[in-house]
Amino acid sequence: MITLKDVSKIYQTGDVVVAALQGIDLQIEKGEFVAIMGPSGSGKSTTMNILGCLDTLTSGEYVLDGTNVAKASKSELAEVRNRKIGFVFQGFNLLPRTTALENVELPLIYAGVSGRERKKRSLDALESVGLGSRIDHKPKELSGGQQQRVAIARALVTSPSIILADEPTGNLDSRSSEDVMSIFQRLHAQGNTIVLVTHEPDIAQYTRRIVRFRDGKIEADEAVKDPRIAVAQ
Amino acid sequence: MNFLESLRIAMRALIANKVRSLLTMLGIIIGVGAVIAMVGVGSGASASVTSRIQGLGSNLLTVSPGQSSSGGVKGGAGSSNTLTMSDVTKIQQQAQFVKAVAPSAGKSVQVVYDGANTSTTMTGTSQDYPSVRNITMATGRFFSQTDVQTGTRVAVVGPTVVQDLFGSSNVNIVGKTIKLDNVPFLVIGVTASQGSSGFFNADDMIYVPITTAQDRLIGNKYVRQIFLEATSANDMTAAQDEVTTILRRAHGLTGNTPSDFQITNQADILATMQGVTQSLTMLLGGIAAISLIVGGIGIMNIMLVSVTERTREIGIRKAIGAKESDILIQFLIEAVVLSALGGGIGIGLGYGGSLLASKLMSMQATVPPSTAAMAFGFSALIGIVFGVFPAKKASALNPIEALRYE
Ligand SMILES: Nc1ncnc2c1ncn2[C@@H]1O[C@H](COP(=O)(O)OP(=O)(O)OP(=O)(O)O)[C@@H](O)[C@H]1O
Ligand SMILES: [Mg+2]
Repeated sequence: MITLKDVSKIYQTGDVVVAALQGIDLQIEKGEFVAIMGPSGSGKSTTMNILGCLDTLTSGEYVLDGTNVAKASKSELAEVRNRKIGFVFQGFNLLPRTTALENVELPLIYAGVSGRERKKRSLDALESVGLGSRIDHKPKELSGGQQQRVAIARALVTSPSIILADEPTGNLDSRSSEDVMSIFQRLHAQGNTIVLVTHEPDIAQYTRRIVRFRDGKIEADEAVKDPRIAVAQ
Repeated sequence: MNFLESLRIAMRALIANKVRSLLTMLGIIIGVGAVIAMVGVGSGASASVTSRIQGLGSNLLTVSPGQSSSGGVKGGAGSSNTLTMSDVTKIQQQAQFVKAVAPSAGKSVQVVYDGANTSTTMTGTSQDYPSVRNITMATGRFFSQTDVQTGTRVAVVGPTVVQDLFGSSNVNIVGKTIKLDNVPFLVIGVTASQGSSGFFNADDMIYVPITTAQDRLIGNKYVRQIFLEATSANDMTAAQDEVTTILRRAHGLTGNTPSDFQITNQADILATMQGVTQSLTMLLGGIAAISLIVGGIGIMNIMLVSVTERTREIGIRKAIGAKESDILIQFLIEAVVLSALGGGIGIGLGYGGSLLASKLMSMQATVPPSTAAMAFGFSALIGIVFGVFPAKKASALNPIEALRYE
């Protein structure tokens, strides 16, 4: 359902040309749980941004659910992000001064879902990440792990084709990290497609497949032999 | 995304920064408030000037001695003695478009009654004066044609004179004898109060028959001014032309000889005054419009700051599916709400200001609803015009860079 074919991304800043990605071929099926690993600057975030339709590619093809997204307009890309992609960021990226519930409602507002339905779906999403009792809290009143769970609720509230998480546990301690990974594992068990970037081998062991990047190329792509089970506290 | 959601998001952002929003609106509030107050006070002033000029007499023409032509060194109007009672009679007999004629010859006099004394203006005139100058009587009567023909020593006084002599205007002075420059006059009436017109105070005045005035008080037979009432407002020009012809013939002036008198048309004065108030209103309105634009620039400035501050928020919104148009509309609504709300408050304040001004200056300040609507529309327009640039800037942000913004 996701196919990258010979994808390259070249950044040019003044005279400096950086080939962030060089001929990436990657296929991710529906229901997969993939970890992307690799040294700093190897092109992991660039790949995630392209998968998430936040960035356009320099050459190659990106087919998402049967459509070639590489040729889409800005407004079509916004719609794809809204309908098919759920983002989780390292820095949470919740709107400040806005309650957890309202943060989760946001993508539904842009999708044009009306009031009552929107609230119901957002409550369900918050419930599923274990924050049913914190819906009226603002981000600064929540711990890092709780904020990341709100962000996960926001990512899954639209029932996207794929959930993308760029270092979702990068700002969390090991306890909160395991909480977050247990949520991802449950979502995976429910049939969601999840791609996450991580530096930590432990975290990668919770997934089912590891893709290793080096210098803008895929170095290795293997299944996780013995996936760990994350236990929520 | 529908409009209501955008409005809700915009309102939240404005409420989150209450003080800043209010300060940003201040420019528009002051601009619109000034426009409304200017228009209110301007129209009130113009209405009061109009009514006062009309109060001088309806369809009034005034003939004054002196040359009307320009060039060379010539005496100003009223400086020479070219009008006489025979001119008055000729106009009375010959002019068709003139309904009534009243001559006047005046002088400042000392008034004495029973030890009290004051000084005022004495106007010698004829029985037609009240009709020509819209004067009504409070008590007693105005003098008659017979009084004018025989030169009786009777006087009609204004309420201010009564006030000055007795310290109260409720005293019955009719039937008493007062002395004007030591000449005794019998008071036969008191005029009703007209209020000051700004040019002269019709209440601070004593009227006597012109013949008596010329013989006993002034000492010559000249006429200072002749007041004419035209048959109707449409006949003003015809009456003016007619009287010009009659007087030129009477004074033996032919061909290109300049006239030795001049006729002022009340409508001309009115037009001039209205022109003056109108251009004043325009001038003040222009200044107010400039301050509105300055207010608009203030909004643009704050919106630009706000876009920069909220770069990350814009990035988040874009990442979860906001289109460029969604962001554009959100920021545009913020700008328009700021300017329109400022406009609304400004209209309220301006209206209050003009009410206050009308109380203080005792006139009727009116703000036409169309002006208020226009001011409101204009301020909303300013929000759009000055909001577009910051909103465009916000909507064009690259989501990845916006998300990375610290
Ligand atoms: N906007 C940009 N302009 C220029 N070069 C860029 C830009 N974004 C990324 N790069 C370059 O592309 C390369 C890949 O960057 P990327 O962010 O994908 O690395 P990463 O694998 O996510 O690293 P990290 O683990 O440190 O997050 C890097 O060399 C980076 O400097
Ligand atoms: Mg990265």
